[in-house]
Amino acid sequence: MTEYFNEMFDGGKVRQPYSGLDGWMREMPSELRAMKQAEAEALFRRIGITFAVYGEGGDPDRLIPFDMFPRVFTQAEWRKLERGIKQRTRALNAFLLDVYGRGEIVRAGRIPARLVYQNDAFERAVSGFIPPRGIYSHIVGVDLVRTGPDQFYVLEDNCRTPSGVSYMLENREIMMRMFPQLFRENRIEPVDGYSDALRRTLASVAPAKCEGEPTVAILTPGHFNSAYYEHSFLADLMGVELVEGPDLFCEGGFCWMRTTEGPKKLDVIYRRIDDAFLDPLCFRPDSMLGIPGLMDVYRSGGVTICSAPGAGVADDKAIYTFVPEMVRFYLGEEPLLENVPTWQCAKADDCKYVLEHLDELVVKEVHGSGGYGMLVGPKSTKEQIENFRHKIEDNPENYIAQPTLALSTTPTFVEEGVAPRHVDLRPYCLVGEKIELVPGGLTRVALTEGSLVVNSSQGGGVKDTWVLAE
Amino acid sequence: MLSRTAENLFWVARYMERAETMARLLEVGARIALTPSTGHGYRSEWESLLQASGTADGFSEKYGDPVQRNIESYLFFDRDNPSSVISCVERARENARIVRTAITGQVWDTLNTAFQEIRQIERQPRSEWEITELCEWVARQSALLRGAMDGTMLRNDGFFFMNLGYALERADNTARLIDVKYFVLLPSVEMVGSGLDNYQWQVLLRALQSYRAFHWAYGGELTASKIMHFLILNPASPRSLISATRKAMHHLDNLESFYEVEPGTGLPQMRAKALMTELNQTQVAEIIEEGLHEFLTRFIGEIGQLTALVQQTYLSGDAR
Repeated sequence: MTEYFNEMFDGGKVRQPYSGLDGWMREMPSELRAMKQAEAEALFRRIGITFAVYGEGGDPDRLIPFDMFPRVFTQAEWRKLERGIKQRTRALNAFLLDVYGRGEIVRAGRIPARLVYQNDAFERAVSGFIPPRGIYSHIVGVDLVRTGPDQFYVLEDNCRTPSGVSYMLENREIMMRMFPQLFRENRIEPVDGYSDALRRTLASVAPAKCEGEPTVAILTPGHFNSAYYEHSFLADLMGVELVEGPDLFCEGGFCWMRTTEGPKKLDVIYRRIDDAFLDPLCFRPDSMLGIPGLMDVYRSGGVTICSAPGAGVADDKAIYTFVPEMVRFYLGEEPLLENVPTWQCAKADDCKYVLEHLDELVVKEVHGSGGYGMLVGPKSTKEQIENFRHKIEDNPENYIAQPTLALSTTPTFVEEGVAPRHVDLRPYCLVGEKIELVPGGLTRVALTEGSLVVNSSQGGGVKDTWVLAE
Repeated sequence: MLSRTAENLFWVARYMERAETMARLLEVGARIALTPSTGHGYRSEWESLLQASGTADGFSEKYGDPVQRNIESYLFFDRDNPSSVISCVERARENARIVRTAITGQVWDTLNTAFQEIRQIERQPRSEWEITELCEWVARQSALLRGAMDGTMLRNDGFFFMNLGYALERADNTARLIDVKYFVLLPSVEMVGSGLDNYQWQVLLRALQSYRAFHWAYGGELTASKIMHFLILNPASPRSLISATRKAMHHLDNLESFYEVEPGTGLPQMRAKALMTELNQTQVAEIIEEGLHEFLTRFIGEIGQLTALVQQTYLSGDAR
């Protein structure tokens, strides 16, 4: 039986960061708890914070389960994470600029050329292009797990369009509305500077040809997208337009929005659609979401696209294993955050080990996301393991494997009261003129007892994440 | 503002106004059903209501004979009917969801609550609801939305586009309702001025919730020409064609001034002004001379063209 690190209790003792929650938890009558939970759900529904799931039947506006028990970090713990995340983000951007430029890391033999240049996410269309300030990835979501008091691991980096930041902000809003006394009794760092920081970041990467105050917009695939709420929420907080492909057109070297007063020039696009859909002339010709000619305008400095097309090559699960190497290569520093030890099935030795230890390992598809297409060895049946074995043997390059980590738990409200459940953490790092992140992030929690899968598409929930002030 | 945003706002208001018209029609039907067969021997009033709502074909394909219960379901709950109350409320809310950033929290709350509530209503057995209750519910949602818009929205282009949507939909709906009275309810020209004729005008006034207002405005006696005046030419009547047209013109003026273009130079304005001038100079006697149906058909056409000009000028994003 694995011992899991409990973030609140060390034996019977309450760990310091959670001391402000112990009394609250014990004194809350169960009727009040049920009432508050219902109130929270009603608030989420009323505000419309939903996760739209179309075409699967059932409620098209599903709520992501919200757990009222916050997850807490001390200032010292946070500072350490913050430094590590910023370092990693700098290295990832240096890597992107390099592989679309001279490719020095490949020439130095630190990363196999095949992994970079034959990667599906590598965009030949931007080779040699230097975006404003040399930044390819402007919003980096780093997924972290904790296994001990001082032990954090990076699970993956999201360099394209990491989602979930609206939950970080709304969870806080709702907690403050429901339990104001907790915020009076505990000194909790605010997260509501995020939207201003995002706006600043986007404005700071305006293209060369932009004159005056840059016009920023968020590009969404539309209201049928599951993250549409988040797109509109961020546009609203920043006071910028939320646009869809058909709202835009390219002409005369610029990108324009169709408005009631005629065309309006757009300088910075925070896109929440994939590369493949950005420009039907450059990528998928069948895409109705994109804007014909956008890539030409982008490459000639008429518009900035955030994150830059091609940024995905840095958050691939196969590239992930090399991020500590990037930190050493580009920054000349030792990585502050550790990777999870990872076996690459593309390597014969690794693959052999993985196939021999399938019942102990977590195996993931290199390009998979959302908790799909993975095997959690210790939780799987013999049959599932055998099925997966065939998949790996058929296409070893498509898989990596990691040990089953003993993810930390935090107290969580469940049917019977309070019980430990596994959590992870996604802070959001912004990269523009400055690199900054607000003190907090999205904590995802596996609501099923014993489950290690926290994805919302797999029944995970979310909770407020606190960083205590000094 | 994005053209698409303006278009969505425009349609939020149109759908809610349409939902209200459907509910008003249903209520009239329910009222007729309570009155001892005034119109016996003539075409069923229920069927006239389907004609009035423009849903008669869709209904007969699905249900055949107009039976009250089926008509209620079709006009209120049926998603196959794009004009049903539930279709309109859902589409209004969906349009609003798309442009959350352009409306206030209170406006969103009103639409979202209406959407949640109508889903609740839908889940309960139909027998637990009186049609009057349902219709009052719709009227209340519609009033709440107008109140939320009025009380909380910035007086900017978004507000003007929503009100424009309201005005154009109302002009169209009122004209169609009057037309149906004249064309469908009355079986032959000899009936004009008869007791049946007057009764049907009364029903129409009730449909527009203007029965009492009419009496305050004109005194006791109901005549066809007074009612025509009230519903078409009286600027004090909130649902009259002239009121709706004036409201549309007003918000088109607001848009010009908001966009700082020379007053009266936009194509939609010119059209709205011309229509307004014509209505101002029209007498009921002239309408009767032209033929009420002909007059209304022409009016509905004018409103259609005005709407097309609004679409071209502001909502398509093509105009420079």
